[in-house]
Amino acid sequence: MEERIVVAGFGGQGVMAIGQLLTYAGMIEDKHVSWLPSYGPEMRGGTANCNVIVSDDAIGAPVIEEASAAIVMNKPSLDKFENNIVKDGKLFINSSLIEQKAEREDIDVYYIPANEIANELGNDKVANMVILGAYLEATKLVKQESVLEAFTKVFGENKAHLLPLNKEAIEKGAEAAKSQERVTM
Amino acid sequence: MTKVLMKGNEAIGAAAIEAGCKYFFGYPITPQSELPEYMSKEMPKVGGVFLQAESEIAAINMVYGASGSGARVMTSSSSPGISLKQEGISYIAGAELPCVIVNIMRGGPGLGSIQPSQTDYFQATRGGGNGDYRLVVLAPANVQELVDLIIEGFDIADQYRNPVMILGDGMIGQMMEPVEFKQPKKRDLPEKDWATTGTKGKRKPNIINSLYLAAEELEEHNKKLQEKYKTIKENEVKVESYNIEDADIVIAAYGTTSRIAKTAITQLENEGYKVGLIRPITLWPFPYNEFNKIGDNCKGILTIEMNTGQMVDDVKIATKGRFPVEFYGRTGGMVPTPNEIVKKVKEIYGGEK
Amino acid sequence: MAVVFEKTKGLTDAQTHYCPGCTHGIVHRLVAESLEELGVLDEAIGVAPVGCSVLAYKYFNCDMHEAAHGRAPAVATGIKRVHPENFVFTYQGDGDLASIGTAEIVHAAHRGEKISTIFINNAIYGMTGGQMAPTTLIGQKATTAPYGRDKEHCGMPLKMAEMLATIDGAQFVERVAVNTPGNARKAKKAIKKCFQTQIEGKGFGIVEVLSTCPTNWGYTPVEALKWLEENMIPYYPLGNLRTPEEVE
Repeated sequence: MEERIVVAGFGGQGVMAIGQLLTYAGMIEDKHVSWLPSYGPEMRGGTANCNVIVSDDAIGAPVIEEASAAIVMNKPSLDKFENNIVKDGKLFINSSLIEQKAEREDIDVYYIPANEIANELGNDKVANMVILGAYLEATKLVKQESVLEAFTKVFGENKAHLLPLNKEAIEKGAEAAKSQERVTM
Repeated sequence: MTKVLMKGNEAIGAAAIEAGCKYFFGYPITPQSELPEYMSKEMPKVGGVFLQAESEIAAINMVYGASGSGARVMTSSSSPGISLKQEGISYIAGAELPCVIVNIMRGGPGLGSIQPSQTDYFQATRGGGNGDYRLVVLAPANVQELVDLIIEGFDIADQYRNPVMILGDGMIGQMMEPVEFKQPKKRDLPEKDWATTGTKGKRKPNIINSLYLAAEELEEHNKKLQEKYKTIKENEVKVESYNIEDADIVIAAYGTTSRIAKTAITQLENEGYKVGLIRPITLWPFPYNEFNKIGDNCKGILTIEMNTGQMVDDVKIATKGRFPVEFYGRTGGMVPTPNEIVKKVKEIYGGEK
Repeated sequence: MAVVFEKTKGLTDAQTHYCPGCTHGIVHRLVAESLEELGVLDEAIGVAPVGCSVLAYKYFNCDMHEAAHGRAPAVATGIKRVHPENFVFTYQGDGDLASIGTAEIVHAAHRGEKISTIFINNAIYGMTGGQMAPTTLIGQKATTAPYGRDKEHCGMPLKMAEMLATIDGAQFVERVAVNTPGNARKAKKAIKKCFQTQIEGKGFGIVEVLSTCPTNWGYTPVEALKWLEENMIPYYPLGNLRTPEEVE
């Protein structure tokens, strides 16, 4: 098994955090993991993305050429990464901010209104956790508990009080994925 | 000890502190600035000193002073900043002082780019500064190895009284992987009785110096340096090899490029190709002898680098004309993909099998 | 027999390589005596520059580092940060400190690095054979200013002491000369106060010493002393520019 995930969006949408949580959770489950961010001027207000690999075997290239899944939080990211997904791969689209539909018909596409769900929970900032929840539900890559365990490792113990809200966001995202009519089957 | 997930640049800092490094002198430059930032946060906690110098030139000269005073000391930079450090590196090598210098390479020449590259291979392995000197150059391929080599690097530096360079690139500096901190095999390290600590009126003055105005004396000094380099060559070569005895094609690559090569090799094996790998971990001393183990049926060596062909010269020296040596490289911060490598290997085979 | 004079323990027995009439020897002695008299010789770590005093590490009887051209203050910073209890000084000329090493001296002062610098200003590059220095006077001839220094072409001579005195971390700044026994005595006083500034942890200290270079100026030693008095002192006025209160 080797899952190769691209997570992309605007800086500030928490895409790096999604990647780090998946990576840490994978490590907790004794898998081989790597996290590679885009860096440089493009980080300053533009799009940001990271490449996450979770594998049963030692990881070769940390750069993802062909992703087994992509999580896109904004339209430029959809445009940039839709064609990098392998056939039968998965694409998670933040439908709150992206109106257009995916063009690919050979992949599974999930439309998750991440910001709307986050707003219902009272905090727009957990939109990334909503879409992460959807991803976990659809792929079962790592256990939800592992992600929650990773939470304080990634964000620090002083963010532990935010854990219940983030857990809820993950669960809502999972529900959204479950109820999702997948465009292609 | 349990594993933690760390960014390469921060793992370097943590490893240095683990190795007992208490002094860090640096200057910000992308893509390694997380390292000085990390050191500025962590050094005060262990009673150490982080100092942001006014330039890379000042930083390396502070390292020269601190090292001559007997301390474990480190500096870091990225390509253009490492160019500025060359003066100090030459002095440190000439005065035979230990230190660890980290180069998280970016695209060049000039200001270049901030994306990963391997364009400083010549500079690192051939000198860079003036004079006949060598650095021990260590090229980690993952964050765990980066940590291990930093810790061992301090020991190597102390054992031989020689600067050690860690040669990484923007990718290994920026990426996160699980690491654990382990002490390397214990080395018998000499006392630093040469260090300037003040005579306390108990011994003759110690002098840290690389000036020998008499030609005979300087030649003697150079002979001594070369003897030391010979010992390092005999004792410190590190290399990882995979399936080179009966490979049809052997790839030579180091650092992050070698990881991409490994992905390509797996893909090629699945298609029935026999491809081996030689991954130098020490770029100096270069593992020349490893290439003698390549089987006679090998059709050629493919060197892959993120530059226009630098290590390939060493590969040619190592193969002594036994095999054709091909090169594939990307530059400017472009990273070769596994598919590009697969295509190149198939070309050497003479097309699809 | 009563001992009336002894060479300071701060100097080794090595014979110096300085030209006849050069005042480096006087300044070496003043520095060495000050180290001994202040009781810091055994704790001292000196940094020698590139230039005429490149071999200073052979003459001072304490631990020494040879630095690259201009980098002595950075090297001294590294030493002092490792050994804050030791006494650390640099000895630099005008090419070293006022030209190639301006960044290093300014920032050592700026950080208030607790080191002491002896700056020899003889208005010329001695070791390399009489080339123009940033401190070469207007009209003064040098091998790279054969028609005399021209303000329009290369600016006015740099006044390092005044410049450094504007920096908060530079707690002791004084310009002295060693052209007469009286001035040499004043120079030693300044050097001791400068060293005291470090010993008391007050910050960075520098003494600029106007010095002669008979060989490259093309004068006899006596003429050179006169030339210094008549030409250098009017442009580079002697005196203290800053002293921390307690060191007064």
